Amino acid sequence: MLAAFFRLFGRDVRLALRQGSAGTSTVVFFVLAVTLFPLGVGPETAVLARIASGVLWVAALLAAMLSLDRLFQADYEDGSLDLLALGPLPLELAVLAKTAAHWATTGLPLIIASPILAVLMQLDGAGYLTLVAAMALGTPALSLIGGIGAALTVGIRRGGVLLSLLVLPLYIPVLIFGVGAVEASIDGLTQRPQLLILAALSLAAAVLAPLAAAAALRLNLE
Amino acid sequence: MTLPALDWTTPPAPFAGRSLTCIRGDRLVFSDLSFSLEPGRALLLQGPNGTGKSSLLRLLAGLLPPAAGDLLWANAPVRATQEDHRARLHYVGHLDAVKPALTARENLAFWAGMAGEAARVDAALDTFALGHLADIPGRFLSAGQKRRLNLARLAAIPAPLWLLDEPSVSLDVEAVALLAGLIAAHGSRGGMVIAASHVDFGLAGGATLDLGGFAATVAA
Repeated sequence: MLAAFFRLFGRDVRLALRQGSAGTSTVVFFVLAVTLFPLGVGPETAVLARIASGVLWVAALLAAMLSLDRLFQADYEDGSLDLLALGPLPLELAVLAKTAAHWATTGLPLIIASPILAVLMQLDGAGYLTLVAAMALGTPALSLIGGIGAALTVGIRRGGVLLSLLVLPLYIPVLIFGVGAVEASIDGLTQRPQLLILAALSLAAAVLAPLAAAAALRLNLE
Repeated sequence: MTLPALDWTTPPAPFAGRSLTCIRGDRLVFSDLSFSLEPGRALLLQGPNGTGKSSLLRLLAGLLPPAAGDLLWANAPVRATQEDHRARLHYVGHLDAVKPALTARENLAFWAGMAGEAARVDAALDTFALGHLADIPGRFLSAGQKRRLNLARLAAIPAPLWLLDEPSVSLDVEAVALLAGLIAAHGSRGGMVIAASHVDFGLAGGATLDLGGFAATVAA
């Protein structure tokens, strides 16, 4: 069962790398969205530094959502999802493998890009490490929660807008504690509680989201 | 055509449906449908379009729960052992599950690997004369070649029960003959086939089930 899990994970990563679309466009969107802010609010370093952590997190949230609609849809449309549902790997674990691959190809590049963009946004030096740590702990939750929305809208053509309506409200806790962690370390306070809550959000999502997403997929396969 | 002798992971056993009813949306597709199938036999589903051949096959695969009635494997209800049921069947639907970015071999090797049966991939490709296309990406395969690649799963992964939904669509005469040979070999090993088809590919001798007879006369 573990072998099947990693085989599915490996296939999805390989597909993402060969098609090159999802991961690259996610990062490019992230970079562009963040770049718009200095252009929009002006290059004053004090203003940028003030909004840096919030902008970086909001842009990351939107970027992570951008590639979600294809998470299950490609497999749904070409019949692979039928076969996955009939395969020896329980659908819940198949969902977890696919979301993990989604995170590895979109969340991971976001984490790598975030400190570079933090420079652009004049983020206070004290916040860099915390930003990367908070992203690393929080982005898995984004992929996992997004997976529920992707599973619910899998049968809907152009379900992307509906997907964002479903998923964005659920992203709010990650946003609050992600920004909170960065702000705390800039203010010289401990960022530990916020990081622990982010980790808890991701762990809870890793348990609950595959159950919900698999149930939604089963309904869509009927 | 010969298939290698097998130790079935799950041996063939009598498979039956009892008083099956299928509802899609608000529509009653069929009701009180019963059938039984012995190891080594085949069942051909017939009936006009829309009488529920595809629905019945999805129901038999466990993708669609029956609104009423039971599926029986070796006289035991399938309902309680869905995971075992999934392991003993192949479902070939209208869609070929071929990824455009993966080569033919990678596509088949993925499904074979998921089932833990990676050893027979190349032999299975040869079964459907796909050996020379093994390194071609799925996006360059024709509709018939994709269908053959999907059917190659039957040869790569042993399973006693094959559920085939119009398997001969887009196949040329030669490939239909290959499929017929594969089904005959499967039957001689005790395997079972339930297929919906308007084309004869060697099932004509077996039993037929006309779904027209179970169509609901009054909408639910």
